Amino acid sequence: MTLVLSTEKLATKLEQQLPGSIIKSNKDNLLVNSGFLFNLASFLKTAPGLEFDFLSNITAVDYYDYFEVIYQLTSTKHNHSLVLKAQCYGRDNPVLPSLVSLWRGADFQEREIYDLMGIKFEGHPNLKRIVLWEGFQGHPLRRDYLSW
Amino acid sequence: MVIKTEPIILNIGPAHPSTHGVFRMRTTLDGEVIVEMEPIFGYLHRSIEKLAEERTYTGFIPLTDRLDYLAAMSNNLAYCLTVEKLAGIPVPERAEYIRVIIAELQRIASHLIAVGAFLQDCGAFMTPFLYMIREREKILDLFEMVSGQRLTYNYMRFGGLSQDIPEEFLPALRKFVDQMPSYIDEYDQLLAENEILLARTKGIGILSREMALNTSASGPVLRASGVEWDIRHADPYSIYPRFEFEIPTGMVGDCYDRYWIRIQEMRQSVRIIKQAMKQLPPGPVRSTVPWLIHPPVGEAYAHVEAPKGELGFYLVSDNSIAPYRCHIRGPSLINLTALRDMVVGWKIADAIVIFGSIDICMGEVDR
Amino acid sequence: MIGFNYSLGLESYGRTLPPDWPGGFWWHWLVFTVIILAFVMTVLLGFVWFERRALGRMQARLGPNRVGPFGLLQPVADALKVLIKEDIVPTQADKIVHWLAPVVTLVPVLMIFAVVPFQDGALLVDLNIGLLYVVAVSAVPILGIFMAGWASNNKYTLIAAMRDVASVISYEIPVVLSLAGVVLIAGSLSLNQIVLTQNTPLILLQPLGFLIFFIGGLAEINRTPFDLLEADSELTAGFHTEYSGMKFALFYLAEYAEALALSALIATFFLSGWRGPFLPPWLWFLLKIVAMFFVIIWMRATLPRIRIDQLMALAWKFLFPLALLNIVVTAIEVLVWPEALPWGLIPVNIVVAGILVLFLSKKFTLGWGRIEV
Repeated sequence: MTLVLSTEKLATKLEQQLPGSIIKSNKDNLLVNSGFLFNLASFLKTAPGLEFDFLSNITAVDYYDYFEVIYQLTSTKHNHSLVLKAQCYGRDNPVLPSLVSLWRGADFQEREIYDLMGIKFEGHPNLKRIVLWEGFQGHPLRRDYLSW
Repeated sequence: MVIKTEPIILNIGPAHPSTHGVFRMRTTLDGEVIVEMEPIFGYLHRSIEKLAEERTYTGFIPLTDRLDYLAAMSNNLAYCLTVEKLAGIPVPERAEYIRVIIAELQRIASHLIAVGAFLQDCGAFMTPFLYMIREREKILDLFEMVSGQRLTYNYMRFGGLSQDIPEEFLPALRKFVDQMPSYIDEYDQLLAENEILLARTKGIGILSREMALNTSASGPVLRASGVEWDIRHADPYSIYPRFEFEIPTGMVGDCYDRYWIRIQEMRQSVRIIKQAMKQLPPGPVRSTVPWLIHPPVGEAYAHVEAPKGELGFYLVSDNSIAPYRCHIRGPSLINLTALRDMVVGWKIADAIVIFGSIDICMGEVDR
Repeated sequence: MIGFNYSLGLESYGRTLPPDWPGGFWWHWLVFTVIILAFVMTVLLGFVWFERRALGRMQARLGPNRVGPFGLLQPVADALKVLIKEDIVPTQADKIVHWLAPVVTLVPVLMIFAVVPFQDGALLVDLNIGLLYVVAVSAVPILGIFMAGWASNNKYTLIAAMRDVASVISYEIPVVLSLAGVVLIAGSLSLNQIVLTQNTPLILLQPLGFLIFFIGGLAEINRTPFDLLEADSELTAGFHTEYSGMKFALFYLAEYAEALALSALIATFFLSGWRGPFLPPWLWFLLKIVAMFFVIIWMRATLPRIRIDQLMALAWKFLFPLALLNIVVTAIEVLVWPEALPWGLIPVNIVVAGILVLFLSKKFTLGWGRIEV
């Protein structure tokens, strides 16, 4: 059974490593400061005992004040999993660092989030629309995009 | 004197004579060798995730059928598991067993089409494809007995199934399960040692172990590269811990390994079905759940081992009748991330074979 | 000084006109032209039906069974459909070449049948260089295919046509060399003579030659396992993508006519043509052609196709050395042991063929691997 790592212990450990990176540790996920996201993710990927080598899923949710991007990480070696969340504010130009250089599986998923939600990922090699055609105006999955 | 050549840009697709749906590969060719490849899709985007915010939870179940339309029961199962995790709905025993039987039957049906289409891409005119369709017809007859549908079943509900299995289902299933291993042996024998197939698929399109993990490949693609990661073993859902089955794992990660793994997985699925049929208890098939459910505020992510990979649903609820956000982690989309690296350096004919061996369903890619 | 001896054909022609033939030269020519055209067209229609029906039965389904009893009128329905279709020519295509390509592909295949014997002495013209004529004429349809691929102004067809030219040129060599073995044993280039000298079918005396001719012939007529031209899953429909209507029908017929020609040639060279015990000779000939065609259909239903560079590797690295070794072995046998022909040599030949095939098949790699870009 995949062990869902206890977030409090992990939060204290990560705070020691990268101070200021964890904003809040909830029951089953860690809310991360978006400036530290890339360093934290690379630490999680390579640290012995953690070694999250598999990025299962990236999702973005539109709460009207902020966008929240959720990363589901898994380690096939130790069989444990973790959920990271990062928030970005502002509806005109929300920006987050891209994790493509750590896990290539983030490639298409980040492009899809850019396409449908409008969140830009810095450092993505090929950030363009993926499911909608080029020239489409707007980002349909936002809650204020009315489809009728 | 050196003759000046230039690479040409060729579009393979979107209207493919192969059976994989609307997918476009924009390849740059130098002679026959592919120098650069860019996959372009989105021709089948139906904005299912946006539609989820306007449908009720129960009303969204038929839409999940249309994701991977060749393995619809697995999609239903993943969605129902997510909502049950979100709202804390229990599932009775009989429903769990029937769910496992149906999911494994669906795995066999999906792999039959995958292997048939793969062999057709290799060039075996239509013979293996038609033989496998013949078996798939038997499975579709079983599904028609159970849900009345042949392709988009809409069978699972929160807390169990929509209706119980009829009396003629178990004898027909017994007959199918007794005959199926001999058919799988027939397919194995038909082409497994064929020189031409080996020349076309062995060593072609190798996906190394590190690259497979890095690009989040899942399902048979990941297992062919040597990673023993099957969600039914690693993070079991439903009642899978009660069954014993093996996980076939490849060693090299070429097209032949992916084909071989699918054939072995069919055998393991038959094994699971036999065990489930023996242990099937009587009882209700649905716990009492209101038709219009209001899950508590929160979020949940649940994943199953669909035939094509790891299918996951991420639901956010705000205690209303419709999900606040529903995200679908489609395995075919994420398996495609590695396609460019698998294809570059090979020839056009190999690109088709490699693409066929990943086993894509465009409904999941574009959603 | 090179001079053309135009009278070569006619002289020998006049010599082999059967003495009891009524009428004269032109009457003989007319009757046999009509016989050949009727034979080819009828058997072609029969082959279209036979292939679809046999392929269907092998694939666990019925073939055509609606049009006429057992679907026998299906080719007629196909012909009618094709005749009433609109003839679409792409605007940027080279019109004359586009129009001429099907003709250049079909007519030479019909010309092959001029020297194939249906019965003892029953052929249009018994050229004493019959085999050379066959080899020469069978190289012309590839020109038609390339014209089709070029004139369609389409990248896919161009790639397909180039593949085809490369493969046909590569396979001409082993095919012609394997026929040299037949000529060494039969002692003549005339097809009628070759059949007359086959008291035992040459397939037993030349198993290697048969294999090379069969595989090379399949590659030349672009049938599975070498049908990367019409590979549906790759480049749409290959060189005839832009053709519709009657021109497409001509390409379709040309493919079956080439298969018929290959079956007829194999029956003549290796299966002792029209010779057989009880039935009339032309019936034996027909039966052998149908049997060979059935083997070709069988291979289509069963085998996947190989890639273009694997195809070329097979021709140059496997079949070509094999054909050369075949000639050497046959020549040694004919020179050293002429009195052991034929019965003593059959086991020797089969053993030698087996050893050579097994040995050479380990020694070459089929195609290239991944190319670093």
